[in-house]
Amino acid sequence: MKKLKALKTTAKVDFATYLGVIAAFIIVSLLKSGGFLNRSLTGMLVPICCYIVMAVSLNLTVGILGELSLGHAGFMSVGAFSGVIAAMSLQNAVPFGWARLVIAIAVGAAFAALAGFVVGVPVLRLRGDYLAIVTLAFGEIIKELINCLLVGCDENGLHMAFNISGTLTIDDLGMTPAGTAIIKGAQGATGTEKLASFGAGFILVMLTLVIVLNLVRSRAGRAVMAIRDNRIAAESIGVNVTKYKMIAFITSAALAGAAGALYGLNYSSLAASKFDFNTSILVLVYVVLGGLGSIWGSIIAAAVLYILPEALRQFSDYRMLVYAIVLILVMLATNNPTLKNFLGRLKPRRSHRKEAA
Amino acid sequence: METILKVDNINVYYGSIHAIKGVSFEVSQGEIVTLIGANGAGKSTTLNTISGLLRSKTGSVTFLGEDLGKVPAHKVVSRGLALVPEGRRIFLQMTTQENLEMGAYTRGGKPDPADLEKVYDQFPRLKERRRQVAGTLSGGEQQMLAMGRALMSRPKLLMLDEPSMGLAPILVEQIFEIIKNLHDAGTTILLVEQNAQAALSVADRGYVLETGKVVTSGTGAELLASPAIKKAYLGG
Repeated sequence: MKKLKALKTTAKVDFATYLGVIAAFIIVSLLKSGGFLNRSLTGMLVPICCYIVMAVSLNLTVGILGELSLGHAGFMSVGAFSGVIAAMSLQNAVPFGWARLVIAIAVGAAFAALAGFVVGVPVLRLRGDYLAIVTLAFGEIIKELINCLLVGCDENGLHMAFNISGTLTIDDLGMTPAGTAIIKGAQGATGTEKLASFGAGFILVMLTLVIVLNLVRSRAGRAVMAIRDNRIAAESIGVNVTKYKMIAFITSAALAGAAGALYGLNYSSLAASKFDFNTSILVLVYVVLGGLGSIWGSIIAAAVLYILPEALRQFSDYRMLVYAIVLILVMLATNNPTLKNFLGRLKPRRSHRKEAA
Repeated sequence: METILKVDNINVYYGSIHAIKGVSFEVSQGEIVTLIGANGAGKSTTLNTISGLLRSKTGSVTFLGEDLGKVPAHKVVSRGLALVPEGRRIFLQMTTQENLEMGAYTRGGKPDPADLEKVYDQFPRLKERRRQVAGTLSGGEQQMLAMGRALMSRPKLLMLDEPSMGLAPILVEQIFEIIKNLHDAGTTILLVEQNAQAALSVADRGYVLETGKVVTSGTGAELLASPAIKKAYLGG
């Protein structure tokens, strides 16, 4: 306990975040094995993990770096489809399901990071809201590209075609009879083997937390936040602005890709239209409502707001209306001075480092 | 005296606009050199060119014998050149001390407590306010903080861009008092100012910029006494 007291406030908050996630995982796992969760809630566990990773990674771009990204679902999409292709094409080569899942997540993260790099290199050099515009377009472009992508796999390897004219079918890939189609254009990925599990989701969430929290508390993270607070000041003290913006943005994209791969391998069929502008905004809502820059806020907001529309099923048609009202009430409540004051007293005090002199 | 900064025939463009037209000047060890001129004369553009944020099409900027033309802006600080940007630009959400610690960013590791003490000796006001969030400091205190932060990188040349901007006359006096003290402590300073009278009264030498060109130069006292300068900048 003494050790805990000696930690800095930020370290205490991080520690509590890890503990909270682990405790939530254990409780939910126990409830699940005890049969206390209904089917629809059990089915939501993996997507919740994915959206937690999405929210935490978007928070890195929006909350920590201070750049608005409106195409986070685009990176998720890149990760999802590249992950599905990796997992499905390695079905014979790698016999273990968990190993294929790990490879798929790594491939998804790598491709999303590459996409992040391509988007980031020209845009992050600019000042202003260009990133929002470009990421918005990026999300739509990725959706359309995957909509006309045909991918199949047989013993000779991967076959790919872009169905731009709209006349190609999966037969035009020229696969041998033993081949299987992985992505069928607008239909998306079908017949995907479900590799994702709640345990894998939990591990990915923990991994994301370790990466993001360590980045934020590092020298690089402080440079990133300095850029957010005042770009000119950061430049004048010798921070390489473009480099640190790229580090934050690419990390954020890679984690979104990893979340996408897990998400893609949780459903037997997945279309590119799932990752549209609405999904990007949905994740942005999680981040804003959870608090910009607050990692644990993103986790709670993602979990609660993902379950909420399902929990509101009883209102049937008025479901999204109630959802909106809940969002507004949460915003009003969290901005209430009395409540803020009360929460402020619960929080650990900002510890002052001892003076040398 | 050894010349530490030599700006030789620089020409800077903003697109098609020719903002700096063949400007040359020098700063020697231990001097205060001031660039004065009206709005749009090219003072800040010159500073930005020296610190690598803008590039000159011709000529060179030599600092301690090294050509800065190829050095990226973020590496200039570690070469010993610190810029206090126009309009202070401190980290408003951080405390005074945290701002100062950020100043030592390029030095890596923990900031040297001796550096902090030195800054606090120069600016006792900052020591009183070291726990205070910088956004709640007054304008003059913020200017002191910006200067203190630049000093944390142990610069060989301190460049100040309009330190008196937006400050009350009494505070302007204080800021120039501090500049003089820094000079007495051995800091070399390049001062860009609109307040010609105040700048020239502390400077060893001055250069007068007009629409991107150096029109006159001389010692501070000479320029102060010069009738042309008096007429153009000091009001008769």
